[in-house]
Amino acid sequence: MWYLCVFYHRLLDYRKAEVESLAELFRVFGDDDGDNKESSSLEWRLPQHHHPDSPFHFVNLPSEDAARSIANRSILVKGIYELWGEGSSYEGLEESIRCYPDERKLPYLDSGSTFKITVDCFGKVISFQEQNDRIKGLSYIPFKGRANLRNPDHNFWLMETDDYGTNNGLPPVVQRRIFFGREVGGADRKLLPTYQLKSRTYLGPTAMDAEIAFLMANQALATPGKLVYDPFVGTGSILIAAAHFGAMTMGADIDIRVVRDGRGPDCNVWSNFKQYGLPMPVALLRADNNLPPWRPGLKEIFDAIICDPPYGVRAGGRKSGGRKLLKGTVDPYTVPDDKRTDHIPSTAAYSLVECVHDLLDLAARMIVMGGRLVFFYPVLREDDHVEDHHYPEHPCFKLIATSEQILSSRYSRVLLTMVKIGPYTEEIAEAAQLKHIEFRENHLKWLEDGNLHSAVFSPADPQMAAAGDSSLSREPKPKYRGKYV
Amino acid sequence: MRLLTHNMLSSNIKGVANGFPLRIEVEKVVEKKVELNADFLRNIFPKIEWKAFAEAARTLGYAELPEDADSSFLGSDDFLDKFHHALLELHLEEGALICPETGRRFPVNKGIPNMLLHEDEG
Repeated sequence: MWYLCVFYHRLLDYRKAEVESLAELFRVFGDDDGDNKESSSLEWRLPQHHHPDSPFHFVNLPSEDAARSIANRSILVKGIYELWGEGSSYEGLEESIRCYPDERKLPYLDSGSTFKITVDCFGKVISFQEQNDRIKGLSYIPFKGRANLRNPDHNFWLMETDDYGTNNGLPPVVQRRIFFGREVGGADRKLLPTYQLKSRTYLGPTAMDAEIAFLMANQALATPGKLVYDPFVGTGSILIAAAHFGAMTMGADIDIRVVRDGRGPDCNVWSNFKQYGLPMPVALLRADNNLPPWRPGLKEIFDAIICDPPYGVRAGGRKSGGRKLLKGTVDPYTVPDDKRTDHIPSTAAYSLVECVHDLLDLAARMIVMGGRLVFFYPVLREDDHVEDHHYPEHPCFKLIATSEQILSSRYSRVLLTMVKIGPYTEEIAEAAQLKHIEFRENHLKWLEDGNLHSAVFSPADPQMAAAGDSSLSREPKPKYRGKYV
Repeated sequence: MRLLTHNMLSSNIKGVANGFPLRIEVEKVVEKKVELNADFLRNIFPKIEWKAFAEAARTLGYAELPEDADSSFLGSDDFLDKFHHALLELHLEEGALICPETGRRFPVNKGIPNMLLHEDEG
């Protein structure tokens, strides 16, 4: 059955991907444990003349229970509604509601139930008086129950949009349309103030925003009984979202001060979990992703890996080995035996390419079949007239969702969701090992190639600026998304 | 550090052929109650190296685990309780993990194993 799915007008790229993932999580297409999971993608439809960025979508779901589960678990679904009628005018709406079959309507209108009607609009403001008038205008619907604004049995929504042309740099997103429907479910946005970063005790410079962390946990299908790993755990901000949804969590970081000490006994990664009454991570450890400490033979243990790798824009990655050591100017420093216990091994910068290579290799080995790898990948926006970006690829993984979040005019980050579709074979392991050695030998070269920091923060190419006119005539990028939404 | 973690780790020093299982040096063990999740235990059971696990539990002073176990045990609530307790409720708070081949100590402080290698080991 087709439902009206209305989104919050933010993080536009993340909205459908979230619903698709939750459909998978709640197995709305039945229990097909086979390999043909790919076929189970949702059917979507837009209202007439609506732009794809419109908050209004229609989605085909097998049952109301499925719709409710998805909506209630989501972060970006304002509501999923059983649509009773729609029109471009109030006359059209009335006709459409009258035509909607009585057997679908009457059970929700009977005298024993309570109801509430909410008037909502997109792209304009309606005064309280006008809202009341619009509700009164619905008198042709035979409501027999009593109104209850606090805790009604049935929630009805009257939603209005206008054709307002371009506005604040936004393209004309929608055309005047009025919807009336019964609410089936909606996101619990109260989570966000509860988990907002400013109330969190232990924070790092790159702690993940609560809303995005929840979206990542949804992409990773975090749920009770599953084990979720973050190899760049930091202050645990991503795992907190996964733990909220009931998953067991495990994290590693190369910086021992973060994972072990924090800022004292009541301000560390553990206390962040305690603050929200969440179960503690199963494990936190200090490890180098470049030389991971997993025992040989250990594989397919994590249901998902979620992380925000250090790309070197706000915080650089580190791996084992000193600067001079990797350059080859000095031999490995032999630690004197009497200093071994307290020795602090040196680390060196970790380039984006190498970091992503290690992450994919780790994920290919350690994620269960059908499990998910969810991580952020940086993209320079200058590149995006070249239609499709080159995202990292791996033979064990299939990319199923890319959600861009524009961070500045120069760069954005894309949340990649991958599903493990192939086993980690000997050949893949060998190829990864060769690549690992190649990285070792060409450390400096790769580091310069992958230096995102300078690409993002250095001034734009002056020649480009001089040729300003011609570059302006290029297909304009949809910059509004980052700026206004 | 829980025994689940111990069961996943090995010494990854260059040249070490058999870095698993790491020997446990105990200074302080604590017990923390955790809610039992049978699905999680059933999922994780086939991934556990049982011999190393039972041995590690004994080192931490818990000798209730059978010497051998296979998936048919998972039907028993008594077994699940013991497995759960050893896997998730016993913590090595202070101590070390010792590489079985080289004797290298990986310290465990405040429950966090430090698996980072020195420059000459990687």
